Amino acid sequence: MPQNFLEWIWLVPLLPLLSAAVMLLAGRSLPRAIVSWLCCGTVGLSFLVSLGIFRTLASLPAAARVYEKVLFTWLPAGMFQTATGLAEFRIEWGYLVDPLSAVMILVVSGVGFLIHVYSVGYMAHEGGYYRYFGYLNLFMFMMLTLVLASNLLVMFVGWEGVGLCSYFLIGFWFLKKSAADAGKKAFVVNRVGDAGFLVGIFLVSTTFGTLSFTQINAAVAAGQFALGSGVITAITLLLFMGATGKSAQIPLYVWLPDAMEGPTPVSALIHAATMVTAGVYMVSRTNALYQLAPLTLEIVAVIGALTAIYAASMGLVQNDIKRVLAYSTISQLGYMFLACGMGAFAAGIFHLSTHAYFKALLFLAAGSVMHALSNETDIRKMGGLWNRVPVTARTFLIGGLAIAGIFPLAGFFSKDEILWRTFANTDYPAGFRQVLWGIGLVTALMTAFYVFRLVFVTFFGRSRVPRDVEHHIHESPPVMTIPLVILAALSIVGGWVGIPAVLGGSNPFEHFLAPVFQSHAATTAAEATAQGHGLELGLMGVSLVAAAIGIGIAYLFYLRQPELPDQWAFRFSRLYKLLFNKYYVDELYSAVFVEGPLLGKAMGNSFARFDLRVIDGIGVDGTGWFTRFTSRLSIWWDTWIIDGSVRALGFTVRLLSWPVRVIQTGFVQAYLFLMATGVVVFFFYYVIRYRDEIRQFLQLR
Amino acid sequence: MVPTTHYLFLSAALLTIGVIGVLTRRNLIVVLMSIELILNAVNINLIAFARQLASVEGHVFAIFVITVAAAEAAVGLGILIAFFRNRETVNTDEIDLLKW
Amino acid sequence: MTFYLATFYVLGAIAVLSALLVITRRNPVHSAIFLIVTLLSVAGLYLQLQAEFLAAVQIILYIGGVMVLFLFVILLVNLEVTVRQEPFNRMWWIAGVAALVLLGELAVTYYLGRQAFAIPVTPAAALQPNTELIGRTLYQTYMLPFEIASVLLLVAMVGAVLMARRR
Repeated sequence: MPQNFLEWIWLVPLLPLLSAAVMLLAGRSLPRAIVSWLCCGTVGLSFLVSLGIFRTLASLPAAARVYEKVLFTWLPAGMFQTATGLAEFRIEWGYLVDPLSAVMILVVSGVGFLIHVYSVGYMAHEGGYYRYFGYLNLFMFMMLTLVLASNLLVMFVGWEGVGLCSYFLIGFWFLKKSAADAGKKAFVVNRVGDAGFLVGIFLVSTTFGTLSFTQINAAVAAGQFALGSGVITAITLLLFMGATGKSAQIPLYVWLPDAMEGPTPVSALIHAATMVTAGVYMVSRTNALYQLAPLTLEIVAVIGALTAIYAASMGLVQNDIKRVLAYSTISQLGYMFLACGMGAFAAGIFHLSTHAYFKALLFLAAGSVMHALSNETDIRKMGGLWNRVPVTARTFLIGGLAIAGIFPLAGFFSKDEILWRTFANTDYPAGFRQVLWGIGLVTALMTAFYVFRLVFVTFFGRSRVPRDVEHHIHESPPVMTIPLVILAALSIVGGWVGIPAVLGGSNPFEHFLAPVFQSHAATTAAEATAQGHGLELGLMGVSLVAAAIGIGIAYLFYLRQPELPDQWAFRFSRLYKLLFNKYYVDELYSAVFVEGPLLGKAMGNSFARFDLRVIDGIGVDGTGWFTRFTSRLSIWWDTWIIDGSVRALGFTVRLLSWPVRVIQTGFVQAYLFLMATGVVVFFFYYVIRYRDEIRQFLQLR
Repeated sequence: MVPTTHYLFLSAALLTIGVIGVLTRRNLIVVLMSIELILNAVNINLIAFARQLASVEGHVFAIFVITVAAAEAAVGLGILIAFFRNRETVNTDEIDLLKW
Repeated sequence: MTFYLATFYVLGAIAVLSALLVITRRNPVHSAIFLIVTLLSVAGLYLQLQAEFLAAVQIILYIGGVMVLFLFVILLVNLEVTVRQEPFNRMWWIAGVAALVLLGELAVTYYLGRQAFAIPVTPAAALQPNTELIGRTLYQTYMLPFEIASVLLLVAMVGAVLMARRR
């Protein structure tokens, strides 16, 4: 029964959790084969269940595609004072199945499964194999919980959980200091955003009296809040703060480039396809709130656009292949937020899914290159690999074409949808949206440039690979290349579910997601279509031309005239240095927040001093001193009073016996003398006393 | 006739001399001899009173005193010889085992 | 001064003098000789006191027995060393004081009661025949003490032999 199958939604997050638990409890003793089969198997099963869910959902009528599955009541009900009166506040651990979450679990589990399979090959020679897969599966559980959550609090659990797993996986090789530091940085920066997220959750609970999405959407639909309401604006801004942390937008993006310290599959899964998209997902999930706060949407769009061009500019000059891809991710995430800010939530999710395909592909292919070159990541030491690693090279090229937005690959459709909706959104003044569109266009050019810079420098041209590494160049094993091929196929066809009407398609993707993004989305789409197909086609052409220009410049710089990059770097040396050093933002943050006199280390040190001197001093040392003091009192008492009384007793005995002792000389004549003295004394006494009687007695006689 | 008092004074004098000898001399033999002096003094006393009171019991008593004196002298000298064999000395200050 | 008084004073003086010499001589042999002199004069005094039997016993027993025993023992003891040693012990002066106090007390007592001794002295015939009277009293009234005295002598003899024999 179709309805019943949705009941099994809880399997999707639970299967990876089971294998994660097995790994982290007993994985150490399991052979690698079992680890691989178990972990990949559970994720694969999750994907199959997700497919089933999707099919079941699709078979339902559009209006009925909402299903909430409750597992248990987490926080039981309690009466709660909200802004609108008393409410019954309860939190359940529930999973919400609707078109948005169905799409997300397909993307997450599908791409996740491919990356798991790839990891079997990539991590084959590494230690801590079980730990890696354990963390990876735990991450899958957390991400799926985040995506399937039916209320903000369960989503927050998943939100924090993916941050935690990201920390574990970035710092997987924890003995390397840079890796450990990168993990810490990611977690701390995320935490800053999460603080905002949490305050936002609190505000939601006091405003709505509930955290459940369905209930919030119902409250909004009932018209309880006016457009542009202050409290809703505050809520959405705070939630967006969390999104900037998790999805690496300005100003909390600094952790993502450093996160490349982790294994490449981790970068592919977490920092390209899934975790970083959580912010976009969250904004989309709460779109009812965002649509009530146009100011926030404006801010979201602006930050998205600025981040896109800002990150792309830094990606132009990096020499580490993974770094370039990291900045590319930040930039593409900016596109997604631009879409959300423009009210085109479906477009944002569309780009999220296509980006997952080609960005994961690019990362995994880069990992394959690194694998062939014994973990070399500097593109200046690559080159001429086109025929040495054929599958890797061709799939990387496909990914590059996709991200550059070349027709008819996936990236073209999604990016163009975003650019079109930006240009044609009549809610905003014309100048504003045209500027944003322009930023998007320039970013597209830059994207094409830096991606093809990677392609040309890595695979074509003269080989700059060191001699000792060159001997070992080999194509990766099938367990790594097959996922590459699958992702390449997805990068080609993945956009075809969103072919817009202007090109003859019916855009099933947008229609599928339409019920989730009600009210505004429909109206904006209608308005956009009203502007005319001609404009849309024209803009498509412009972006294609921009991409072609980008590719052409890259071709010129890196294949035709390879001396040009250095010449330009020399001529614009200051600009080059600024870009190369990432606008010195890391140094700025470090100076203000870490080493600065007010925050960071100073505060931590003063707290530590307080703890050491006051708490430890009084509590610990004080207790020790007090104990010693009382023991000294006790010693004094024992020595002088107790022992003293005993000694006094002995002393008294000695004192009183002294006269008697002194007499015992052993000297017989002394004894005789005493006897004589005694006689004398007695005699004397009686003579004196009784002298009269003696006289009388003797006289009478 | 000699008054009894004279004999009493004589006896007292001999007694005193004997006491001095007992308490003062270091040589144990002289001490024993001083004891004989004392006993003799006592005897003089007894005989003087026996004459005054016309009683022969005084004489009997004096005989007993002499008997005891002889016995005591014999035993004492026996002890002295035994002691001399052990300690090679008859000085009273060196005979102080009784202090324990 | 009658004859009796003069004899008394002479014998008394000899007795006291030689007694003093007994206790002051360094050489124990000299002390023994002077003790013999003292005992002799005391025997003379006994004669004056109509105690003929006792005088004889004194000479035979005391001088002939006890003093000879003393002399034998003196010979057994280390004589040369003794002669060179200090005769008096450390407490000679206080002992002397005590003895003199005793003498003083006795003198005082006698002097205070001198009237009691002023009764007429019995005639000489009261104690005659001396030996017979003593014998009779001894074996009739004082039989038990006599026997005990003999036992005492036996014990003393055994004891003396026991202690003095060679181990």
